[in-house]
Amino acid sequence: MKRRDFMHLAGAGAGMMATSIPILGNTICEQQLLNPGMDVAAKKVLADVALNTAKSLGATYADARIGRYLNQYVFTREEKVQNTVSTESFGVGIRVISKGTWGFASTHDVTPDGIKKATELAIAVANASAKIQTEEVILSPVKGHGEVSWKTPIIKNALEVPVSEKVDLLLSANAGAMENGASYVSSALFMVNEQKYFASTEGSYIDQDIHRIWPTLRITAIDKSTNTFKNRQGLGAPVGMGYEYVIPDKSEEIKGGADVVLYRNRYNMIEDAIAGAKQAKEMLTAPSIEAGKYDLVLEPNHLGLTIHESVGHPLELDRVLGYEANYAGTSFATLDKWKTGNFNYGNELVNLVADKTQKHTLGAVGYDDEGVKCKQWDLVRNGVLVNYQAIRDQVHMIDQTESHGCCYSQSWNDVQFQRMPNVSLEPGSDPYSIDEMIKDVEKGVYFVGRGSYSIDQQRYNFQFGGTLAYEIKNGKITGLINDAAYQSNTQEFWNSCAKICDVNDYRTFGSFFDGKGQPSQVSAVSHGCSTTRFNGVNVINTGRNI
Amino acid sequence: MVVLRHGLMESMSLIQEEIFNQSNQKENIMSIYTKEEAKAILEKALSYSKADGCELNISGDIIGNIRYARNTVSTAGINSNIQLAVQSNFGKKVGTATINEFDDASLAKVVARSEELAKLSPESPEFMVPLGPQEYDASKMYSEATAKITPEFRAAVAASSIEPAKAKQVTAAGYLEDSAGFEAMANKRGLFAYEKSTSLDFTVTMRSDDGLGSGWVTRDFNDVRKFNPEEASNIAIDKAVSSREAKAIEPGKYTVILEPAASIGLIRNMTRSFNARSADEGRSFMSKDGGGNKLGEKIVDERVNIYSDPLNDEVPASTWSGSGLPLKRTQWMENGVVKNLTYSRFWAEKNGVAPVPFAGNIIMEGGSESRENLIRSTKRGILVTRMWYIRNVDPQTLLYTGLTRDGTYYIEDGKIKHPIKNFRFNESPIIMLNNLETLGEQTRINGNLIPYMKIRDFTFSSLSDAI
Repeated sequence: MKRRDFMHLAGAGAGMMATSIPILGNTICEQQLLNPGMDVAAKKVLADVALNTAKSLGATYADARIGRYLNQYVFTREEKVQNTVSTESFGVGIRVISKGTWGFASTHDVTPDGIKKATELAIAVANASAKIQTEEVILSPVKGHGEVSWKTPIIKNALEVPVSEKVDLLLSANAGAMENGASYVSSALFMVNEQKYFASTEGSYIDQDIHRIWPTLRITAIDKSTNTFKNRQGLGAPVGMGYEYVIPDKSEEIKGGADVVLYRNRYNMIEDAIAGAKQAKEMLTAPSIEAGKYDLVLEPNHLGLTIHESVGHPLELDRVLGYEANYAGTSFATLDKWKTGNFNYGNELVNLVADKTQKHTLGAVGYDDEGVKCKQWDLVRNGVLVNYQAIRDQVHMIDQTESHGCCYSQSWNDVQFQRMPNVSLEPGSDPYSIDEMIKDVEKGVYFVGRGSYSIDQQRYNFQFGGTLAYEIKNGKITGLINDAAYQSNTQEFWNSCAKICDVNDYRTFGSFFDGKGQPSQVSAVSHGCSTTRFNGVNVINTGRNI
Repeated sequence: MVVLRHGLMESMSLIQEEIFNQSNQKENIMSIYTKEEAKAILEKALSYSKADGCELNISGDIIGNIRYARNTVSTAGINSNIQLAVQSNFGKKVGTATINEFDDASLAKVVARSEELAKLSPESPEFMVPLGPQEYDASKMYSEATAKITPEFRAAVAASSIEPAKAKQVTAAGYLEDSAGFEAMANKRGLFAYEKSTSLDFTVTMRSDDGLGSGWVTRDFNDVRKFNPEEASNIAIDKAVSSREAKAIEPGKYTVILEPAASIGLIRNMTRSFNARSADEGRSFMSKDGGGNKLGEKIVDERVNIYSDPLNDEVPASTWSGSGLPLKRTQWMENGVVKNLTYSRFWAEKNGVAPVPFAGNIIMEGGSESRENLIRSTKRGILVTRMWYIRNVDPQTLLYTGLTRDGTYYIEDGKIKHPIKNFRFNESPIIMLNNLETLGEQTRINGNLIPYMKIRDFTFSSLSDAI
């Protein structure tokens, strides 16, 4: 990636992310974010230019995506604003099938002439490729939806909230942390609005307005006398919501073990910063864990990442088939295992569902980026692997006729391809609370929030840490512990699932910048679950002296 | 300028790339401005500035790529782009605007927009007034041969992987990306910098058709004439074949021989953490007991010498930083002692020292031992050819976890005995460089020069079934 493609944020409050984030498009004034953009009727006329041009040149299928992508990022540390940036990217991407082969071209010249030229180029690309392609594209059938629209159900558009108000929120959170023992604190707000218009020769004209928001916190406590420092990440999650997510609501708070306050569909950033500072300070003197087998109690904002890595990625069909072998890797969940119909991914308690419709999630849209109406489907039912994640030109490879509706492109100038939908663990059906779960554990660790993570290229062996780790002894939490991380194997881990809390504890974790493909594209995805217990998992001590 | 990009994840071929090249030849040429062209645009834009300060960065490039998997090409593409970023400031109020059109009206518009944004922005307490004129060394990063890479060349590279792979019942998945570009900056105080660069990055994963073996190789160059794709692909094929039917051995502490592709992740993560501010703030492995940082302290084996040098012929790098500071040879570690940490302009001024920008390359001095000699002198150990999914576990000790991948071998009595199953490791590069046994020859890896290393007591904590 080139220098200009990234905004460098050394030391910025980007939480667990890398210190650079992608900048898509041109920077604009805050006020320009509120510009309504091109009218839907005008988009339809332009999209028809692409579709008609493609058909007149012999295409058997074409789609056009006219996209306006808005981003706003605000970064602070302690009492200072480090950066605020608003960006806009507008253009059109055209994909065609001609002579049984895909072609794609895109342009930021969103005029009839610009679109016509781009369509001609897409056709030329397809026709050229057709000369050497050996397998014609087979698209699963899809119903034309006519003129429809979908909008993320938001209460308050985050882009309409003045930057000054966002800065006030972040600086108040920072102040809360500093007043309660933090040595340093960084915080940030990421806001995304995708205004996407999709049209295809199947008869769909789909207008969608998609919103996402992510507040991050990183609180550092330092003990200078021992030259020790500890970091505590925020316990909020990225979500498919408006600014209302950062407006506190007590009814959306959940009391976790050790009285840790956890958040469902509203996040109290200031309260979390205050608690975080106290916990970071407490970590400075907490004992180091003794390595061994423990029963794990995993909180949703922690377990979500384990689901992402050990279920979401291995069940992407393109990985299974080998298309990602040189980058992210392949998968242990091979087609032959799936075809047996009895491959036990986990035990009978484990039900993992893929979903593109769940309210407040990052993956929720009405239709995917090839016009398929979104839905929910099973990946693992009663512990058995039953399906993968596949799009229109893939489902025939697994003997299915209906796309799963999980095609996505990060922008108008990248081609759409299969991306991970929300993948979530169903809650337990019997009433069961976190307190009851902790009471049932003799020797365990309660992990809260995301921490260090790593998994092999076929998704067998993984290691995860948490933001907070508490030791459980004889049904009681004894306090924070340091240096805890667990290692397991995907199939072994999901077979060690012992109990899942009920729906009252269900929340989502999210990944805002999940990368895949070469050249790489990002996407955002959520993972829901309730607090879950896994028995007899190997916990290592990560403490070292240097 | 029309920016066009194409790329498909499946069923794409090379021919389309030719079409793309032909149809966008004009735009491609426009993406690389000469020094004079860049200067003219920047000076024109500066003439519209009404702010206290104004700094401009312009860059453009043409990036070509080809991706293949399952022994066939899956994606090919060209991306041509150019962008101007204008940063204006009124006091410590700063605004940045970007544009990709360079007629007079567009330049005036983008400068005015940056000024408008600056006026609306809150003060940036750490904002530093742009630098005055600087002297820069001439960069060595550009190669005309790389800039002239054709679609046929990319196709030939893919074929040179796929054909020998098929012949040995191996499946190739690879990616080649080449780029040619320029960057220039200028400001109201008279600073002007310009450089052109080219690069080529190649990786290929070879998996035996029976799924029991996997090999990988990476190559990168500024000058494509140094690239031998057949040689590279054959190494990955050999690893795929030779790593089949790996045996499991117990995790634990082992003597390891780390190929540069294996150690680069840990070394790069360590050098990226050579930051004075986080050390001074007490939140880095470089923080010193009692306060301050570890400048001048010996923290690893005395044979460890690490520096950056943008003028190194093997791994040339940029001769100026993003803030316009000249980049010169900088010693980071000398005989195991920390010699320099990076200081931003803000942190340097606050501490009364000269700023130290981070450089574009890492050069770790090696020894004369070949890979074969390192193996020959090993009684019992493990050859690690690649590490993957490396993530920080504890910033206090710089502990990282990750896995071996694509060819790991057991060594006994100076010989490779057999392939072994992959391991997860938990190790700190600081501990690793204290446990240095032998330094071997250097190799270019991801724009850096890293030696083969023999390390004792490297910590493997569990086995992985991944192949």
